[in-house]
Amino acid sequence: MSLSRRNFIKGVIAGGAVASSGAYLFRSAGSLLGQSSAPGSVERLLTLNVNGQMRRVDVMKQETLAMTLRYKLGLTGTKLGCDRAECGACTVLVDDVPHYSCSVLTHTVRDRRIVSIEGLEGAGGVLHPVQQAVVDEQGFQCAFCLPGFVMAAVGFLKTNPTPTREELAHGISGNLCRCQDYDKILTSLMRGAEYMRRT
Amino acid sequence: MPGKYIGRNYTPPDHVAKVTGRARYAEDFRAEGMLFTKLLLSPMPHARVRRIDASAALAMPGVRAILTADDLPDLGGQERALTNEPRYAGEPILAVAAVDELTAAEAVERIQVDLEPLPFVTDALDTLRPDGPNPRLEGNVWGPPPAAQEGGAPAMPPFEELKWTAADFAAAAEGQLPMGEPTEQWAYGDLEAGFAKAALVLDETFVTQSTGHHPMETRSAMAYWQNGKLYIHASTQSVARTRPNIARWVGVDQDDVVLICEYTGGGFGSKGGGAVSMSIPALLARKANAPVMMRITREDESYIGRARTNLTGRVKIGFASDGRITALDLYIVQDTGAYGPLGDHRSAGNAASLIYQPPAMRWRAVNVATNTPPRSQQRSPGPMQANGIIEPVITKAARRLGIDQVAIRRINAPAGKAPFGPVLPSGRRNHATSAFVQEALDRGAALFNWEERKARAGKRQGSKIRGVGVTVGPHGAGTIEFDSIMTIRPDGRLYVQSGVGNLGTHSMVDLARVPAEILDVAWEKVEVIWGDTGKHLPWSCMSVGSQTTHAMTRANHAGAMDALRKLQEIAARDLGGAPGDYLVGGERVFQRGNPSRGLSYAQAARRAIELGGRYDGHELPEDIHPMTRGAATALAGQGLMGVARDNYGRDGVTYSFVIGFAEVEVDIETGGVRVVDCLGVGDVGTVVNPRSLLAQINGGVCLGIAHALFQKSVVEPRYGVSLTDRFHYSKPLSILDIPARLQADALDLPDPDTPVGARGVGEPPVGAAYGAVMNAIADAVGEDVFRRAPVTADIILMSLEHGRRMHEPLRMHV
Repeated sequence: MSLSRRNFIKGVIAGGAVASSGAYLFRSAGSLLGQSSAPGSVERLLTLNVNGQMRRVDVMKQETLAMTLRYKLGLTGTKLGCDRAECGACTVLVDDVPHYSCSVLTHTVRDRRIVSIEGLEGAGGVLHPVQQAVVDEQGFQCAFCLPGFVMAAVGFLKTNPTPTREELAHGISGNLCRCQDYDKILTSLMRGAEYMRRT
Repeated sequence: MPGKYIGRNYTPPDHVAKVTGRARYAEDFRAEGMLFTKLLLSPMPHARVRRIDASAALAMPGVRAILTADDLPDLGGQERALTNEPRYAGEPILAVAAVDELTAAEAVERIQVDLEPLPFVTDALDTLRPDGPNPRLEGNVWGPPPAAQEGGAPAMPPFEELKWTAADFAAAAEGQLPMGEPTEQWAYGDLEAGFAKAALVLDETFVTQSTGHHPMETRSAMAYWQNGKLYIHASTQSVARTRPNIARWVGVDQDDVVLICEYTGGGFGSKGGGAVSMSIPALLARKANAPVMMRITREDESYIGRARTNLTGRVKIGFASDGRITALDLYIVQDTGAYGPLGDHRSAGNAASLIYQPPAMRWRAVNVATNTPPRSQQRSPGPMQANGIIEPVITKAARRLGIDQVAIRRINAPAGKAPFGPVLPSGRRNHATSAFVQEALDRGAALFNWEERKARAGKRQGSKIRGVGVTVGPHGAGTIEFDSIMTIRPDGRLYVQSGVGNLGTHSMVDLARVPAEILDVAWEKVEVIWGDTGKHLPWSCMSVGSQTTHAMTRANHAGAMDALRKLQEIAARDLGGAPGDYLVGGERVFQRGNPSRGLSYAQAARRAIELGGRYDGHELPEDIHPMTRGAATALAGQGLMGVARDNYGRDGVTYSFVIGFAEVEVDIETGGVRVVDCLGVGDVGTVVNPRSLLAQINGGVCLGIAHALFQKSVVEPRYGVSLTDRFHYSKPLSILDIPARLQADALDLPDPDTPVGARGVGEPPVGAAYGAVMNAIADAVGEDVFRRAPVTADIILMSLEHGRRMHEPLRMHV
């Protein structure tokens, strides 16, 4: 299966994303003190399955997964690059499928498996094969986009473990890099695919 | 000086943190009781704040403080983080701190700002018209810069009003840039004689676009105060050089600022010495007496995040029949946006003079302000736009004269200590430290199979036509006279203090490869200390303009040589003989011909501490910068210290060159362009870190491709608002836009005027690819199809359909 950017975004929307708007954006922030809940509002204390751990967390109804991960659970490896489903820096896996976490409401992923960049490492700090490949190939420069690219690639490789360069490029085309040696990014992630096949 | 470390690949020490998400960028820090801030942005492109009513906002539970321009220190007329006279739509007027972002955003909406609209202008040419509006109350152009004071920063040029006459506008032919009175100019050689003897004279106008820098990490920042000191986590390209700026913006002594920035998510010139917006969380934190996080959204970034200056240029060039340029006359109208001034127009003039080596040249320019988002230097500021303006003319001349495109650039190429720019007060012209452009053109033409590709260009296959292009991209590539500090400590390790930024180019680590080489320390025993002004960093170059590798390898060469001399002196003192009798190797200093007689570095470090004085940093050289002195004093007594200023001097101005080669395929039924293949060949001095250097070339080439084909900033002229506040509209390159084959190579010829031989590389590939891709399009479908960038499908299609250029010839924001 090849994921074009359009299908990717369509998938995200189907999965419970909210179309972007200024008002939505401004209201997306997580409260550290907690807002008083209005009558009839959804339950706020959730249990999320994040990186294999069950995490209890207080979530506002309009809160995005990116904000929950970054500001409630301390998982700042997930980056916010655009806040509105354009750049992919916030990509995480939800039930093994890459999602833009800036555009997923936390309430919609209650019973799902969420994996962020912090969840890739194995026991004892052994890097995931894709992470190791990125280190070996020095795939990224400033690396702000790196977590999103790696998560998108890990998700894509679950559906296609033996991609061509072109297929993998399509699979991660929902992610932007501004240092933009995309060629080396692709080379490093192709090596990641190779490492995964070996393990 | 290639050796064990210089010229070899290695894994930088920050990579595992980056792939695991542990690398912390500015927005990843938290502090107890942290508030959030939201900005109120001006909806108008030019206005005066008459009154602010924040009573409803302040009455909201959770709102802690409001910061306005009245709370900011005066910066002598320079841009401040907040304003009472917004000069572009999106300029911040005030900031609210509240317990969470939601509350801050709601508070912003409840604040009433009474704005008096003022005249505005979005196009630099419009303000030069006789009745054109001014972007500021006091005028529309930056005058010539006053002479720099000895040792000081260049003073601000005057801001004045300049209007051209109706006759100036009438004199220009349709689509040609009018050339009224310039604000700056220089000339050398006999221009008229040059044109008189030319076999071909061409005169063309080209519009280069503005583009947002848009680093993936916006300029978010978090600040708090502790015991009277400001601690700020913020994103900058240059750690050591940002602290004084923050101090000035906030109005405190720089010793009271601790800046932490271990990782920067890109800058490309937009975060050169930090960002003035950093003062918002700093001052709000003081006012609210609590830490403040300022999360800048992508939309905010599209306003305050800086953009490239757009240059409209007109160039008249005379060519001899062999393609040699006889005279070059360049006129530039630069749009600096709401603030400035900027020097892209000057760098463009110097670059044109350098890479085309005209024997006679005139440069004239007007540096105009408009009510559009502020500009700053962006990766190859000036030379890249010069490539855009001049390359179409070179390409057209080669076709008219029947000369190969590589050959015409080769015959005009700079070589050795090539002169450039105006005649200086000394009566001489500047010259490059070295240039091997002809060698790079030859290497590139061979690697790219130029002749073979040229043979298949221009032939229609179905609806597709291929074309090839080449361009010499130049840029200044290094400054001098910065400092270094390093210590060899009793644990036997070498600690190198690195004051530059961590942009992912790895230059902030590469600089430590030099002392590792000179002192022969195993790389695993080299610790690079970076990213925190509390960790005692030396005075360093700005990590902008391809400076770092050149400037800081020099400085660290000087520091390492200082450490080497001290090792030799200590050995001679303890073991007899003269310092010159001692060599270093294997982390030991030992007697020549008697390797067993020596000291380990750990022993030498302990002896340095016992001896004190200049050996361990208690006595310091006179000529180091006060910042270095403070840092070295704090580190004194920890081991043997190498500390020095780069006093190597140089003969000339350091420039690097990248030659861009491109092959494109144009679909004449859709106007679509596909870049088939790109090559960048660097004449960038000695290669320090091959893998990172080639990544710089490829990344820069991709940015050049984006500028040739896609990327732009557009400000709507009637309401003065941005139409490109999202990635979707500003169109940065995606992974699907890159050529199937992207190649990079470097000559690896040392620059003779720097001890390591290395020059910078970040900037020149951008102009190289910008020009090469556009030249390739011209080669495929004709050199008169476009005179503006980006060259979009509709421009190509319309021109081909109508048999002449149909695009708006002069308007800057399209």
